[in-house]
Amino acid sequence: MELILETLGLAESAQLLSLSPPGWGANLLRGLANSLKIAFGAFGFGLLIGLFGAYGKLYGGPVLRDLLAIYTTVIRAVPELVLILILYYVGTDLINKASSAMGYGRVEISGIVAGIWVLGIVQGAYSIEVLRGAILAVPPGQIEAARAFGMPPLMTMWRVTIPAMMSFATPGLANLWLIATKDTALLAIVGFSELTLETRQAASSTRAYFTFFLAAGGLYLMVTLCSGVVFAWIEKWARRGQPSLREGRS
Amino acid sequence: MTTLKSLMIPHRIVMMLLFAALALWCALSLRWDWIPKYAPLALEGLWTTIWILAVTTVLGFLLAVPLGLAQAIGPWYLSIPARTFCTIIRGTPLLLQIWLLYYGLGSLFPQFPWIRSSELWPYLRQAWPYAVLALTFSYAGYEGEVMRGAFSGVAKGQLEAAKSFGMRRFTMFRRIWLPQAIRNVLPTLGGETILQLKATPLVATITVIDIYAVSSRVRSDTFIVYEPLLLLAVVYMVIAGVITLAFKRFENQVPR
Repeated sequence: MELILETLGLAESAQLLSLSPPGWGANLLRGLANSLKIAFGAFGFGLLIGLFGAYGKLYGGPVLRDLLAIYTTVIRAVPELVLILILYYVGTDLINKASSAMGYGRVEISGIVAGIWVLGIVQGAYSIEVLRGAILAVPPGQIEAARAFGMPPLMTMWRVTIPAMMSFATPGLANLWLIATKDTALLAIVGFSELTLETRQAASSTRAYFTFFLAAGGLYLMVTLCSGVVFAWIEKWARRGQPSLREGRS
Repeated sequence: MTTLKSLMIPHRIVMMLLFAALALWCALSLRWDWIPKYAPLALEGLWTTIWILAVTTVLGFLLAVPLGLAQAIGPWYLSIPARTFCTIIRGTPLLLQIWLLYYGLGSLFPQFPWIRSSELWPYLRQAWPYAVLALTFSYAGYEGEVMRGAFSGVAKGQLEAAKSFGMRRFTMFRRIWLPQAIRNVLPTLGGETILQLKATPLVATITVIDIYAVSSRVRSDTFIVYEPLLLLAVVYMVIAGVITLAFKRFENQVPR
């Protein structure tokens, strides 16, 4: 192994990337773990917003519908970077005001929580649209049948709408998950030590820019490709019992 | 979509009044005294944002056409590299790509004396060529995937008809295939251009002074946090609105 690296001239890079202290591998992996945590949280938070938002957009009153339309339009028209800064400052300000109103001092907000809050709000706007489309694609008869049986609305959502819309929503949600993993890189600008920032710190202190940025790119790519496999599997599971799209086509 | 009549519903009038009140409150009680001082810089920044957006979308689209074509009908030695390029661009964050190009290439180039003495060196020392390169690649990567679908989506009969008229391959591509592919992707293209607009502030991280960088500068100079950011968000919304309208007009002109 070492011989191969030596002959390829990669021994130095391997040393820089090694997991034990002189190398920076452990830092990169810690950054990756932080990135994934934030991406998972933001995706989940976004899904929650998306589900209720989609219901609001479909079944809500006119005021709620207009407010949600403004939310989705504004979020999708403003760069994520600007939104992250605005939401970050608003969030920290609000929490500090609340805590000082209740008599506590200033609170330090953990980077992960702030990242999840910020990216979750951004993700929410996109998932509202994805889930709204998916709910609309469910044959209305199925939901009407559940209603006719006297199912309460929440149970209808849990037992009928969500399972039936899963197969329509998975491709869009897979896309959103990929956007979430890539958007975590933007948090580097606000100073969270996720993968991109860790990489930059490692790169600028060793001057080995290519090694580290390529390594980080490889890690991101691995996450993307693995997610692709997982989502293909989820989609297959969500489509179980449905006729295959391929067979229907000529 | 939004006609005057659809706006004249009671709750919408109330909401618009509330919004106008909010805007008025923002205008009166927030601090805007920094605007005259930074206006020239902001205009320059706005211009930088717009030209970077325009140049990278045009170049990116020109690169996306061969990428899409290679993936749709190319032989394996063209389609595999094209697909790999698209996967890598789409699978890694743009910020990382920008930093890789700027810091990576930027630290590599000075090591070669012939680059330092070349005509291009004054440009290579600045940040914007790397920003333009990274954004162009990014747009090409995303759009290449879209164009692949668009090229395969053109009806076979059209191409066969062109062929049976004895059209040469390039003429067929120029007159039949490309126009129809572009017509089919126009709505997607508009969306991708807005995504590209939203990607431009990332170039501020490698010291290109765009409109976002100006707002950060105001924030760090004057410690005013919300006002520059709010104005910045409004500026981006206006540009996004203009892009949407332009693409809508363009779509209406294209015969279906």
